[in-house]
Amino acid sequence: MNNVVAQLQRQFHDYLVSLYQQGFLDNQFSELRKLQDDGTPDFVAEVVSLFFEDCSKLINTMSRSLERPENVDFKQVDSGVHQLKGSSSSVGARRVKNVCISFKECCDVQNREGCIRCLQQVDYEYKMLKTKLQDLFNLEQQILQAGGTIPQVDIN
Amino acid sequence: MVRESQFHVLAVDDSLFDRKMIERLLQKSSCQVTTVDSGTKALEFLGLRESNESEDQSAPSSSPLTHQAQESAAFKSIPVVIMSSENVPARISRCLEEGAEEFFLKPVKLADLTKLKPHMMKTKLKKESEKPAKEENAVLNQEIEAKEPSVIEILPLHQKLEQEPILSNNKRKAMEEVISTDRSRPKYNDITTLV
Repeated sequence: MNNVVAQLQRQFHDYLVSLYQQGFLDNQFSELRKLQDDGTPDFVAEVVSLFFEDCSKLINTMSRSLERPENVDFKQVDSGVHQLKGSSSSVGARRVKNVCISFKECCDVQNREGCIRCLQQVDYEYKMLKTKLQDLFNLEQQILQAGGTIPQVDIN
Repeated sequence: MVRESQFHVLAVDDSLFDRKMIERLLQKSSCQVTTVDSGTKALEFLGLRESNESEDQSAPSSSPLTHQAQESAAFKSIPVVIMSSENVPARISRCLEEGAEEFFLKPVKLADLTKLKPHMMKTKLKKESEKPAKEENAVLNQEIEAKEPSVIEILPLHQKLEQEPILSNNKRKAMEEVISTDRSRPKYNDITTLV
């Protein structure tokens, strides 16, 4: 039983480290993990879930704003990008945040094509991250169910 | 540590996500937290605005606070801290000049909140020589809009900033100060709000 826990913990550790190394997550995610404790064991999962919901909503809205070439509401798009940049930054979603930076630049110069490309990229990145984090949370659950504790992971 | 002396922070942001984040950060820093999603609600919470006032945010507010409320000592003694994702030194300096006690750059980290401690202490000491619970509150205002950090406890939406005469004269000026680049800058005392 101990072996199982140790194995899962190792898996968890390695997986999380790889997410940092591959640039999916940055230090802010570990800040987020610090806020979770025994009293709030689902905090990270909740926040992350909220973030993905935000992504979905904002991407839809921005998509509509970019739909008609003759009538693009760049102000609306800019507002969406800003929100997305803020929340991705707070969550530690590094790749998503980086796309938002390029996205903002396209928006600033009213480059509709560029915006659409960035929008597609943001969509891709957030969905990718969602899958990765789901796997991570699943590992956490397995550890807990096996009677273990979630390891601290130091990325520095 | 005595329970009753737990610092109470009012956090304002229109983003549910940001509210959740700041709430947890503050709880983890041993603060009591209330979050609201709009400036109006923040003022209502502080008891500085009637709750039946018009909430139409797209039109200029037609019910400004009375002068008396605006000048209330309790309101003035609330520390203001500003938070923004924009790192613009000039704007930051202006916020601080206008009376904000601190500026936090988003995303806020747990370690950042230790900067609140001195303000809490200051308020507590002040409270000892004055009076009620309101003085213990710091109001936390979140940046609402991309370009403009909001200045006060409230005003989640940047487009509403222009239309909020409900704030005290000084605070409103400070807020306008931050959102416009070419107004004159009145001085502004004694305020600590987390924006």
